[in-house]
Amino acid sequence: MARILGVDLPNEKHAFIGLTYLYGIGRTRAIEILNATGIPLNKKIKDLTDDEIRKITQYINEHYKVEGDLKMEIQRNIKRLIETGSYRGLRHRLGLPVRGQRTRTNARTRKGPSHGVGAKKS
Amino acid sequence: MSRSTKKGPFVDAKLMKKIQSLNEAGQKRVIKTWSRASMILPDMIGHTIAVHNGRKHIPVYITEAMVGHRLGEFSPTRRFGGHTEKKAIKGEVKK
Repeated sequence: MARILGVDLPNEKHAFIGLTYLYGIGRTRAIEILNATGIPLNKKIKDLTDDEIRKITQYINEHYKVEGDLKMEIQRNIKRLIETGSYRGLRHRLGLPVRGQRTRTNARTRKGPSHGVGAKKS
Repeated sequence: MSRSTKKGPFVDAKLMKKIQSLNEAGQKRVIKTWSRASMILPDMIGHTIAVHNGRKHIPVYITEAMVGHRLGEFSPTRRFGGHTEKKAIKGEVKK
C-alpha cells in the first residue's frame, strides 16, 4: 500500500495509472513525474520503495498544485466570477452550463437529473 | 483560438481615449459605451462604465478582479424570470 500526499492509495496498478488517482494528476503529469524521478512507468505501485515514494512526493510538491489546494483554487476562481457579477458567475450561480452550450436539450451534467413529463420523481 | 499577444488587448479606441482623459483630469464620470467586446484594463479600475446590453446601458463599477474580462460579461443581454410553477399552471386550467 502506497500513500502519497495524504489519503490516496491505489495498488496493483502500474505506477503511471496509479498516480492519476491523485486529483490534479492525469496521464500526462503522471508520465512526467515518473520520467523526472527515473522510475519505470510500468512498475506496480506496491513495488515502489519508500525512497521512490518520497521522490515522487517531493516532485509533485515542487511542481504541481494538487488535491485540496487545487480544489480550493478552483472554488476561489468560481467565487470571483460570481462576486464580480459576470455572466459566467451568473451561470455558475444558476447551475447552468457556463461556456455557451445549448440548454434546450442536454446540459444534464450541470442541470442534474431531468424532471420532465413522465420522468420519474427523484 | 485566442488572440495574438502581438496585437495586445482589444479596447475600443474612443473608449480608451475617454478613460485616459478622465485619468489625466483625475475625474470620475460614468462613460456610456456600446463596446461590449472591449477588454477591461487596469487603467479602468475605479471607473463606472455604462455598458449597453442591446436595450439600455448597465452601469458597471470596475474592480481589480474584473481585469482581463470583457465589458459585455458584466451586462447581461437576456432576462430569465424562471419557469412557472407546475401547480400554478394546473390550478389555472381547472378554473
